[in-house]
Amino acid sequence: MKTFATAAAPHLPPRSSVRQVMAEVLLALLPAIAVQAWLFGPGLLVQIALGLLLAAAIESTALHLRGQQPQAGLADLSAALTAVLFALCIPPICPWWISAIGLLFGLGLVKHAYGGLGLNLFNPAMAAYALVLLLYPRQLSLWTAPLADLDLGQSLQAIFLGQLPASWDTLASATPLSSLRQLAGEAWRMPQIRELPLFGHYGAAGWEWIALAYAAGGCYLVWRRIVAWQVPAGVIGATLLLGGLAWLIDAERHPAPLQHLAGGGLMLAAWFVAADPVTGCTSPRGRLLFGIGVAVLSLAIRRWGSHPDGVAFAVLLMNAAAPLIDRFTRPRVHGHAR
Amino acid sequence: MSLLRIPGGLVLAVPAAAAPSDAVRHCPLPARLYLPLVQERGQALHCRVQVGQTVRRGEPLAHDGDTEATVVPAPTSGRIVAIEPLTLAHASALEVPTLVLQADGRDETALLPPLPDWAQRPPQELRRRLAQAGVVGLGGAAYPAAAKLGRAVSLLVLNGAECEPYIACDETLMRSRAAEVVAGAAILGHIVAAEDVVIALEERMTEAAAALQAVLAGQTQIRLQRVPTVYPQGGERQLVQTLCAREVPSGAYPADIGVLVHNVATAAAAWRAVVLGEALTSRLVSVGGRGVRQPGVFEVRTGTLIEHLIDSSGGYTEQAARLVLGGPLMGLALPHDRIALGRGANSVLVLGADDVRAQAAQTECIRCGECARACPVQLQPQELWRLLRQGETGQAAALGLRDCIECGCCAFVCPAQIGLVDEYRAAKSALAIAAEQRRRADHARQRHDARNQRLAREQAAKVARVASRREEIAQAQTATANAATAPEPAPAETAEAAPRSMDKSAVLAAIARGKAKRAAAPPPAPPPETES
Ligand code: SF4
Ligand code: SF4
Repeated sequence: MKTFATAAAPHLPPRSSVRQVMAEVLLALLPAIAVQAWLFGPGLLVQIALGLLLAAAIESTALHLRGQQPQAGLADLSAALTAVLFALCIPPICPWWISAIGLLFGLGLVKHAYGGLGLNLFNPAMAAYALVLLLYPRQLSLWTAPLADLDLGQSLQAIFLGQLPASWDTLASATPLSSLRQLAGEAWRMPQIRELPLFGHYGAAGWEWIALAYAAGGCYLVWRRIVAWQVPAGVIGATLLLGGLAWLIDAERHPAPLQHLAGGGLMLAAWFVAADPVTGCTSPRGRLLFGIGVAVLSLAIRRWGSHPDGVAFAVLLMNAAAPLIDRFTRPRVHGHAR
Repeated sequence: MSLLRIPGGLVLAVPAAAAPSDAVRHCPLPARLYLPLVQERGQALHCRVQVGQTVRRGEPLAHDGDTEATVVPAPTSGRIVAIEPLTLAHASALEVPTLVLQADGRDETALLPPLPDWAQRPPQELRRRLAQAGVVGLGGAAYPAAAKLGRAVSLLVLNGAECEPYIACDETLMRSRAAEVVAGAAILGHIVAAEDVVIALEERMTEAAAALQAVLAGQTQIRLQRVPTVYPQGGERQLVQTLCAREVPSGAYPADIGVLVHNVATAAAAWRAVVLGEALTSRLVSVGGRGVRQPGVFEVRTGTLIEHLIDSSGGYTEQAARLVLGGPLMGLALPHDRIALGRGANSVLVLGADDVRAQAAQTECIRCGECARACPVQLQPQELWRLLRQGETGQAAALGLRDCIECGCCAFVCPAQIGLVDEYRAAKSALAIAAEQRRRADHARQRHDARNQRLAREQAAKVARVASRREEIAQAQTATANAATAPEPAPAETAEAAPRSMDKSAVLAAIARGKAKRAAAPPPAPPPETES
């Protein structure tokens, strides 16, 4: 007689792990990281490194406080993903404490106070970004024009010592979205605005390439079946439809639909943030609705809100609505009437 | 017939080296065979033999006590040498009393009278034959075939869509014994008066399809239908969904929509039982996995120990890490190999250490929805899991927990490696137990109510009887008084007095009755009339 250890079915080895999922998402962010670092300087890489260190510290402290194994929690790479997403949202020469405050809030409060990965209601990176955007609007507007040639030394100085480069006034530039808002407020016509170099080929010089890089990474994730196609389809489809409708009605006053996607955070949201499984919807129709909701709210905030870009707020609002959407979009179970 | 693809499901590849090759090999007759006196589904069997008795192959050893009384036939000739405890192939791993049959090596067979003219015989007789021959569903559940064939249906489906990877016995059977499958299909079709008989097999089973096609050439009653190779296509409800583009309503059986699904091996066994008069004493079992030296499909006698079967397939390799009865997705991990193979056992897997999952790697659900995407029943496994963890079994049931077919697709794809299906299985049996308790309580309450009503009725009858008796006596006394020409005593008085004396006599009579009853040891069937 030979004895064996028993275990519950299924017996086949697992097909994937949370760590693997997160690692692939990080991998899919690489093109966008590369493009953004090339356009806006090596500060981004410093921010990412800083964010990763801070996230590791905050995450392991939080796990320790919750009586869990820090190593196991860190190994799922979810905190790393939060750190990278946050770093991609803030200006590359943002002071270091912005990251500290943001990640402390995002990971410590939004994620772990709710029970950690899987139980958090809100996307930690977006919550972190929304907080610092509200608290420190000045630091969060330290953007340059694309290819402004900030070097590593200048970036480090700005980040850790808070010293902006001497030539800052010539380097600094509003983002396309805030310029758009300002100019539209000054009664510029849309076609005139589009003539400005800041608005590039499709609506945001430089930013449009980053958006494209997000789309490339996102397509990879959809192909790998890590991101459900419904989310990006909802965000992008609704943006094009709504933006297009407004533009068709009055092209003098409304930006072209592609311009909505080219500038700001909509592409990041579409492929990486709204597609975050934990804080999004799980049913297929729910995911489509979630994506549409993010797009509609973003456009509404851009149009009527007090911030040039409202993607972070839109995502957080939809996070809050997700459980309700899921409730009403459950598919019909086999053998049950509708 | 339109083919509908089931939602979700998995496309699974099997490591080629570990998959059984498909020639039928014979597992030599072991010296001893073990037949648990408990069915696969847990009910006790009625033993019909005694220790020391000799039996021939095919003779009944026990039966299930159902209306049809499906028997457990002796798998070979020999002597019953003991009834001893043996671990049951059940999640409980309970030890149950088991008949031990010492083979005499002669393999003498007791045949039932062959019924080659089955087409002229009534379904009832054929069902009785299947019960006498011990034919049960060979797809895994081992449910008595006779009981499942009790209703007429319009469509009979012979299920050859092997459910899980590694399992090859049905495909092998269809390839090597196509004629038996087809002939059996015709018999089962006759029993349930099916208008349409379909043999369903997977797209990948080209050789089996060719073999069946060759047998089916020129005949029209039985059709062949290839279905997609996706797990769990072989599930009864999934197969009906694909073939009929209809869903079996929740809580109902396929027969409720006029469909009956039987395994192809059951059909072949039915043919043997009816046309040859052979009882079901062996079946094809596939042996697979990296943990065994020569995987293959074996013809195995009922009651063979797994130990013996593994020896016949070259023994264990060093990699042997988990012993599974059934497939890798739904199979049962066994604690050891001294367990007998029953008629429902279609596969024995010895998985290598690299081919199993380590337990306890479970993390929190990240709501990725992979489980929902894989669920063939379109449940939201992540939601069920959350509810069950909060103890909300009722709510989980409202979201369809009972519709879960326990296929394990959800748990297989879950990146957080949550043992979802295990949780559902436990919750479902808890629900079933609760329902059973409720049923029993209701039953008891009904009985209690019925008893109270009966007592009340009896009491009322007694009162009425006494009253009518009084009436009679009173009348009788008045009559006598009148006859004695003593008109004076007030009738009221007489009426008053007489019952009082009557009361007394009634009590005495009751006491006498009680005594008589106690004296008469077995109470006579009709209670004697003592009221005079
Ligand atoms: S597959 Fe696992 S982690 Fe993903 S939603 Fe389902 S239960 Fe949660
Ligand atoms: S085990 Fe149940 S919940 Fe899981 S996939 Fe199968 S039917 Fe769906």
